[in-house]
Amino acid sequence: MNIFGYRIPMMASLLVWAVLWEIVGRLDLIFLIPPMTSIIETGVHLVQTSSWQKASIITLRSFGIGMSLAIGVGVPLGILMGRFKAVDNIMGLWVNMFVSAPLSALVPVLMILFGLGETTVVVTVFLFAVWIIVLDARAGVMQVPTSLLEMGRSYGANGWVLFTKIILLSALPEILAGIRIGLIRGVKGVVIGQILVSIIGYGELFELFSRSFEMESFWALTLILFVVAMLLSAFVETFEKRIEYYAGAR
Amino acid sequence: MQLSAIPAVQPSAPVTSNDPVVQVRSICKTYGDIEALRNIDLEFSRGKLTTLLGPSGCGKTTLLKIIAGLVPANSGEIRVNGRAVTGPGPERAFVFQDFALMPWATVMRNVAFGLELRGVNAAERKRVATRYIEEVGLAGFEEKYPHELSGGMRQRVGIARAFAVNADVLLLDEPFSAVDEQNRRKFQEDLLRLVDLEKKTFIFVTHSIEEAVYVSDRIVLLSPRPGRISQVIDPKIDRSASPDDIRRDPGYLDTVEEIWDGLRHYVD
Amino acid sequence: MTSSVKLGNATGAHEAPVNVGQALSRMFDSKPFLWTIASLTLLFGAWEIAGLIPISIAFPTFSSTLVAFAQMVVDGSMVYAYFLTLQPLLLGVAVSAALGISLGIFMGLSRKAEWLIAPVFIVLQAAPMAALVPLVTFVYGIGLTAKTLAVIMLALPVIVLNSYKAVRHVNPSLVDMCRSFQGTRLQQIVKIIIPDASPVMFAGLRLGIAAGFIGVMLAELLITPTGVGDLITYHRSVANYAHMYAAVASIIVVSTVSLAGLQSFEARFLRPEKRKR
Repeated sequence: MNIFGYRIPMMASLLVWAVLWEIVGRLDLIFLIPPMTSIIETGVHLVQTSSWQKASIITLRSFGIGMSLAIGVGVPLGILMGRFKAVDNIMGLWVNMFVSAPLSALVPVLMILFGLGETTVVVTVFLFAVWIIVLDARAGVMQVPTSLLEMGRSYGANGWVLFTKIILLSALPEILAGIRIGLIRGVKGVVIGQILVSIIGYGELFELFSRSFEMESFWALTLILFVVAMLLSAFVETFEKRIEYYAGAR
Repeated sequence: MQLSAIPAVQPSAPVTSNDPVVQVRSICKTYGDIEALRNIDLEFSRGKLTTLLGPSGCGKTTLLKIIAGLVPANSGEIRVNGRAVTGPGPERAFVFQDFALMPWATVMRNVAFGLELRGVNAAERKRVATRYIEEVGLAGFEEKYPHELSGGMRQRVGIARAFAVNADVLLLDEPFSAVDEQNRRKFQEDLLRLVDLEKKTFIFVTHSIEEAVYVSDRIVLLSPRPGRISQVIDPKIDRSASPDDIRRDPGYLDTVEEIWDGLRHYVD
Repeated sequence: MTSSVKLGNATGAHEAPVNVGQALSRMFDSKPFLWTIASLTLLFGAWEIAGLIPISIAFPTFSSTLVAFAQMVVDGSMVYAYFLTLQPLLLGVAVSAALGISLGIFMGLSRKAEWLIAPVFIVLQAAPMAALVPLVTFVYGIGLTAKTLAVIMLALPVIVLNSYKAVRHVNPSLVDMCRSFQGTRLQQIVKIIIPDASPVMFAGLRLGIAAGFIGVMLAELLITPTGVGDLITYHRSVANYAHMYAAVASIIVVSTVSLAGLQSFEARFLRPEKRKR
C-alpha cells in the first residue's frame, strides 16, 4: 500500500494491530488480553527461565526428529508413487485420506501406543507432515516433462543417471514446496501433540500458565511460537525462491 | 502496387475517408519508465477495416486498449463519433486475444453476455444471440461450454459476442493468434465476409504481415520503443476475387514485400 | 470396457500366458475399482495381522474394531456422539465460510483492506492456532459456543486466505471483457469475479472443513468431553480399545467422506467445464 507516495510494506500493518492490542490491554477490558508491552516484557523474562529452555529443547527435538522422519519417508514414497503406478494405486487412497484427516483424533491412540512422552509427539509431527510431502513429491515426479526425459535418453542417460540428473532435479521445486507445507503442518503437529499429551515441553507450560491464569506468560509463549513458525516458513520460502529460478524455465 | 490498381468494391457503403468514426489525437502512453506510445494521430474511416501492424513491443495492443477505453492514455484524446472517450462505451466492442470466454457459461450465455450486462430481457437476448451464433457458423453449439470447443470455435464465440451488442466499431486484438494455421485462413475469409455484411468499422491488431495485407483496407505500421506511426499503406487488392486469387494477386504479394522491407530492420 | 477385457482374455488364452504379473496388471488397469479393493485389503489385512500378534495390548484387530463400531451404532452411542460433534462443526464451518469468503473478497478488491487484514491471517494460518484453544474455555466455558469457536479459529484463516488469493488471481482478461461491455462494478463482482474465483474458494473451503474437524476434535479431547471426543476418551479410560479405535477411525472416515462429497457436489453442480462428457 502507498501512503503519501511511500510504499508501506504489507507486514507493517501488524504494528497497527499490536498498538490496538496494547490499547485494549491498557483499558483492562478483559483479563485474557494483557497489554502487548507487558507480554513482551514477560517474554523476555520467560526465555531466561530454565523451564522454558528445557521445554524448548524438548519441543525442538521432537519436531526435528518427526520432520526428519517425515522427509525421509515422505520424499522416497512420493517418488515411488510417481514412478510406479502399482505403488500409486495402492497408496494413493490412504495418502489422500490422511492428508486432510482430523489427525488430532488419532493422538489419543498414539498416547496409548507410545506412552505419554516424546515418542507420541514425534509420531504426531510425523503424521501431520508426511502426507503433503508425499503428495508434492509425487506431483513433482509425475510432471517431469516428457521432452526432458526423451532428451536425457537421446543423449545416452539411462537408469540411475536419468533418475538423479533429470527426474530428481526436475521435481526438486515441488519436493521443496511439499517440505515447506510439511514444516508448517509439523509445527501445528508438535503443538497439538504436546497440548494433548500435556505433560511435556510447551504443552506442559501452556497447561501450567492457563491453569494459574498467567496470561502474560501464556501469550508470550504463543507469540514466540507464532514468530518461530513464521520465520521457519519465510526461511524455506526464500530457499524455494532460489530454486524456482530454474523451475520457471522448464 | 500500381500494377493491380483496381479499387476496392464496396457498393452499398458510400464511404469517404473524411468520415472518420474514430479519431486518435496525439496519444502518449508510458508504463513507468517505458515509453509505449508517442504522439499517435490517426483516423479510422467508417465501414473500413484498418490494421495496426508492427513487431512485438510497438504498442499496438496498448493503442487498441486505449481506443477501447480499457487503458487510460497519459495525454491525448480519443473521439468516437465525435465524442471524447473516457472509458468503454456501447459504440465499441472488443474481441480478445485469449477469447475471454467465461468457462462456466454456455456459448449462448457467453454470446449474450454484453446484452445481459445491459439488462436486456432473456427472450430478446436469446433472439439476438441465436442470430449471431448462426452468423459465425456455430449453430447447434448454443448449449456447449467453451472447453468443448476448438480454439477456432471459441474465437467465433468471442466475435459473435462482439457483434451481438451492435456496436459501430469492432476492436480485434490479435484475434486469430491462438488459432491454428488452417483455421486462421478460414477465419480471415469469414472476417472479410462479415466486414462486407455488417458494415461496421473494424480496427484489427496483428503481427502477421500476410494476415494484415489479406484482410485490410488500410494498414498502419507502428515502429517499436517508443511506438510511433512509421507508415500508412492502402493495399490495392480486388476483394471481390476468390480467396485463392487474392493470395496470388501481385498487389497482395508486393504489399507484403513492401511491409517486410519496412519492418526487417526491427528484427534481428 | 467389457470388450477390452474380453480381448485381453482372448489373447491371453491363445498365446502362452505371458506372466502372472502382466496378466494381473492388465486386469487391474481395466477395472480401477480392483485397485481400491486391493488397497483396502492390504491395509486392513496388515491391521488385522498386527492386532493378532498383537504388537501392543492396546492394538485391537481390524475385525474386532469393526464389531465394536457395529455395537456402538446399534446401541445409539455413536449416533448421539455425532449429533453432538457435528453441531459445532457445521455451525463453525458455516460462520467461517460466510465470514471468510466475504472478508477474502473484500481484501481481494481493496488494497487498503488487504494491507490491514491480510498479514494477520497470513500469520494465523502459518501459526499453530491450536495453542489458543484452551483460552476459549476461560470466556465461553465448555458449551457449544466454545466448541464452535475452536472450529472457527482453525477453519477461518485458510478460508480467508484462499478467497483473497482467488479474487487476486481472477483472469484479468475476463474482467477487461466485462468492462469493455460497460459492466458495472457490481456486475463485475457478481458475474465475473466470484464465479471465476469460486474453484479456489472451494479448495479453501475444503481445507477449512478439514481444519474444522481438527478443531472440533481438539476441543472435545481438550476442553469439553462430549461427542466423538468423549467416546474416544471414555473407551480409552476403561481400556475398551476396540471401541476407542472404532470411534477414531469413524471420525477420519466421516471427514474424508464429507470432503469428497463436497468436491463431487462442486464438480457436478458448479463447474460445468470440469464435467466429463
